[in-house]
Amino acid sequence: MPDTMTPLWEVFIRPRNGLHHKHVGSLHAADASLAIQSARDVYTRRGEGNSIWVVPSSQISASDPSSGKEMFDPADDKVYRHPTFYDIPDEVGNM
Amino acid sequence: MYSQGLIGADSQTEETQEFLDAFQARIDAEEKIEPNDPMPEGYRRTLVRMIGQHAHSEIVGMLPEGNWITRAPTLRRKIALIAKVQDEGGHGLYLYSAAETLGVSREQMTEELLSGKAKYSSIFNYPTPTWADIGAIGWLVDGAAIMNQIPLCRCSFGPYARAMIRVCKEESFHQRQGYEIMMQLAHGSKAQKDMAQDALNRWWWPSLMMFGPHDADSEHGDQSMAWKIKRFTNDELRQKFIDATVPQAEFIGLTMPDPDLKWNEESGHYDHGSIDWDEFWRVVKGGGRMNRDRIAARRKAWDDGAWVREAAVVHAEKQATRKVAAE
Repeated sequence: MPDTMTPLWEVFIRPRNGLHHKHVGSLHAADASLAIQSARDVYTRRGEGNSIWVVPSSQISASDPSSGKEMFDPADDKVYRHPTFYDIPDEVGNM
Repeated sequence: MYSQGLIGADSQTEETQEFLDAFQARIDAEEKIEPNDPMPEGYRRTLVRMIGQHAHSEIVGMLPEGNWITRAPTLRRKIALIAKVQDEGGHGLYLYSAAETLGVSREQMTEELLSGKAKYSSIFNYPTPTWADIGAIGWLVDGAAIMNQIPLCRCSFGPYARAMIRVCKEESFHQRQGYEIMMQLAHGSKAQKDMAQDALNRWWWPSLMMFGPHDADSEHGDQSMAWKIKRFTNDELRQKFIDATVPQAEFIGLTMPDPDLKWNEESGHYDHGSIDWDEFWRVVKGGGRMNRDRIAARRKAWDDGAWVREAAVVHAEKQATRKVAAE
């Protein structure tokens, strides 16, 4: 294919003020402003959001899924971080 | 329609039995598979082919309906049709992105569509000579697509399932606007009702073919079901579609073009006449009325858009250089 491959962008949309931007998908575009325009047309045709972020996919660093177990196991044996670990008598009421 | 994507798929794998068993155990536990997870090569190949064909179907599917945008009978119909065709383009893009997570490039998929190597659903190789065809496509073709796509929302491959959830949310509008067109024609003048019946006559059987060959003749169904890429067999989905649409036709006074179609009290389903699989295979293999036109239209769109793609890249490079110079 003779055409230059256009970069891939990851698209994040905030559904409304007060919420996080959330990853919704990706698309190809030559630059950031075209990526934002395309993201509007592809991912917000029915009022899905009021703000768009686009990030070059190549700029995202990710944890390695093949070492996912070791990566996240430090939290596995720390049940005392959860409120349900502590016994509080019912009479105390909601806490 | 998308089970047609499995025709000719090579789901053979060369991994060790231990690896395959571990993968199957994840599938059986209803875990989603994400792009960077280890997966059998056959699983990856099957999905690339299936999602790629699904994406191509959305893109080529814009053509039969795009044919009527300039001649839609009212402004209301025209804006709805434009929105629908735009949705199909969007669906194609969600799906291309999902396929790309498996390591295939957009350029490669486009090349395969334009060269005829990759297939798209056989349904889009039928012409749309009348306005009623737009109604029949929305009602039946999108209806069949929904039947296929709802279980795909639970597909074991995460990016495909997520794309399908978005697509299914939007697809319902397509089917309703199509049925509304048919309903209005069916309640109109004799000429309008005849037009609606004629469209139904032409689209009914090809719609049933969208579900792919009978289970007994489907080569790759078992493996795809085991990997939970598919959740229902071709025949199961086809039957659901028939059971859903026959009463809808009766409601607006149209008749399915199948003299053998009748309610079976015992099975609780409609029995139907035999499907002309020779026609199906002829269309799949390129012998449909519109196969050549569809690919020619896609090639023209690709070629005519080349200068836009080039200009966008050059502009991006120029802006980047200026930014560096200014710093």
